[in-house]
Amino acid sequence: MSLEPFVVWRGVAAPMLRPNIDTDAIIPSREMKRVSKTGLGEGLFAGERYLDSKTRQPNPGFILNNPSYSDCSILLGGPNFGCGSSREHAVWALREYGIRAIVAQGFGSIFANNCVRNGLLPVILSKQQIEALVDWTGESPGQRKIVINLEQQKITAGLLNYRFEIESGARHMLLNGLDAIALTLQSKEVIKAFESNRRQQRPWLYG
Amino acid sequence: MILTEAIARLMTATLFDKLWDEHLVESQTDGTDLIFIDRIFLHERTGSIALESLKAEGRSVFCPEQVFCCMDHIVDTFPGRGDETTMPSGRDFIVSLRHAAHNTGLTLFDLGDPRQGIVHVVSPEQGIVQPGATLVCPDSHTCTQGAFGALAWGIGSSEAEHALVTKTLRVRRPQTLRVTFNGNLSSGVGAKDLILHLIANHGAAGGSGYAIEFAGDTVRNLDMEARMTLCNMAVEFSAFTGLIAPDEKAINYLKGRPYSPSGDAWEKASTWWQSLHSDDGATFDRELMIDVSAIEPTVTWGTSPEHCVPISGVVPSDGDLASGLERARRYMDLQPGQKLDGLPIEAAFIGSCTNARLSDLRLAARVLRDRSVADGLKAICVPGSMAVRAAAEAEGLDEVFRKAGFEWRESGCSLCFFAGGEHFGYQQRVISTTNRNFESRQGPSTRTHIASPAMVAASAVTGRITDPRKLL
Repeated sequence: MSLEPFVVWRGVAAPMLRPNIDTDAIIPSREMKRVSKTGLGEGLFAGERYLDSKTRQPNPGFILNNPSYSDCSILLGGPNFGCGSSREHAVWALREYGIRAIVAQGFGSIFANNCVRNGLLPVILSKQQIEALVDWTGESPGQRKIVINLEQQKITAGLLNYRFEIESGARHMLLNGLDAIALTLQSKEVIKAFESNRRQQRPWLYG
Repeated sequence: MILTEAIARLMTATLFDKLWDEHLVESQTDGTDLIFIDRIFLHERTGSIALESLKAEGRSVFCPEQVFCCMDHIVDTFPGRGDETTMPSGRDFIVSLRHAAHNTGLTLFDLGDPRQGIVHVVSPEQGIVQPGATLVCPDSHTCTQGAFGALAWGIGSSEAEHALVTKTLRVRRPQTLRVTFNGNLSSGVGAKDLILHLIANHGAAGGSGYAIEFAGDTVRNLDMEARMTLCNMAVEFSAFTGLIAPDEKAINYLKGRPYSPSGDAWEKASTWWQSLHSDDGATFDRELMIDVSAIEPTVTWGTSPEHCVPISGVVPSDGDLASGLERARRYMDLQPGQKLDGLPIEAAFIGSCTNARLSDLRLAARVLRDRSVADGLKAICVPGSMAVRAAAEAEGLDEVFRKAGFEWRESGCSLCFFAGGEHFGYQQRVISTTNRNFESRQGPSTRTHIASPAMVAASAVTGRITDPRKLL
């Protein structure tokens, strides 16, 4: 299964800056209704996005319901974005909604891994840099799109130009839309040898 | 020369280094390490999604005998429950995992099995987690099992598929952090208070990027169940995992368990397990030292585990908008400076992988014996496993809970989170032994306060958040 590669992305960015936005907030457990990886976009941020989760009446106070952000594909976050539950549904919901990248001060580690496995780029910048991006997009985010270049590890927005760091493994997978399983299966013989050695070294794990 | 360097390295390794190196298949050119995974757990929330996805891609499970499945996330906990659930589509998750596990040849602790329960309670009970092993599960609280000196951590569904097919994960080596707790715990203070204290003082992201080893006299003196509580919430500190070096307590706990080694294998295994500790000369990337003697019973006031104060404490002032404190305070319907002690509650919950083991139930029962919960208060106890439930019943604890006015349930994750079925009421204030106080975690707009089993039991009796030392 190959993924859509992430090389350069230009998109509308919405700020969601409060700290510790957990994966329960990104997709509440009650929205994970089917034995499936799809059908989750509607449940994205359901707790805040709808005034009533049953009728789906939109909450006008929620940022992604603001028409200026209707084409949002980038989120600007605070510290510890995606903390909490390991539910990959959070990332599936974000992708289905159309989010391609999240720029935050930090990420829950399981969430960040889940992002990379699904072609969604997690970028860490400082508080000041993220605030500058939010200020720049200002009142017209639809016109003032942010450009994220993973190849060059750069974010540009008007005169703002920030370099970001990313683990080389994650960068490589995202740039090429790689399937981690296929990549690892290239080492299948090494793994098999390791396993057979382990059966001898730690036989009690194998009953 | 190379040999002496190797020996010197051996004498300065942390427990984490030993576990990592033990499982290192190969270092990848992309900066990650390929880590061998000994055992995998799945549950009905995501297990069948992963297994079906593999099938669709024509991939197979590398080693089915090392994969174990629990029914815990979605099952109801009402007495006499079956596959039907209060969650509308819950049955689909249960039935599809059962089929997938059967078709793939995986071990399943199903409904009706006396071994059924919450994955992180069942695994140690059955002796499936062992010192020196790697164990992963698509559940963030897998770090609980690090209490045995296993390298155990939570993953997503894609990584679960990766581990199932390749028996490995591609992981960047985390840094190491040792948190040393020294001193004697006051009466009424336990592992839950320790971990909440740590998170309150260093933030919910304080452990980000680290594998944590919990050490010190205080930790040595904790029993295995309390150590599991401590490691359980390492993820609430944003850590990669939590670990405790296995000692006599860990080894004795595992002796005679169904999946524990026996005979000669036990001798070999337990001898090796005793070598699994950080060397005297080991250095950590970061160290924290905490004197526990001043730690009080601790309770959360807000919507992150870092929103947390001693029972004598008050709700903080709002700070700036970016801190999120005001939003949390309004959600919880509290005022800056308000005392937590004495705050009226409407429900009490004792359950979850954090605090629903036998020692937790014993502690709560000590408070509840010959007492009743406050009028009108909803009180529920969900044992961590059916084995815990049976052991508690053998001691008559179920009678103590029932007489006090608690519902006595069958096992599962239950009201730790609202999955679309059973939940606490709209804006209801709940005191809970669970691990997350996120917005709407236990029900629509429900206000959760996290605390120890002792504090939850004491608060259930008075109908207000209560210092357990008054009732112990």
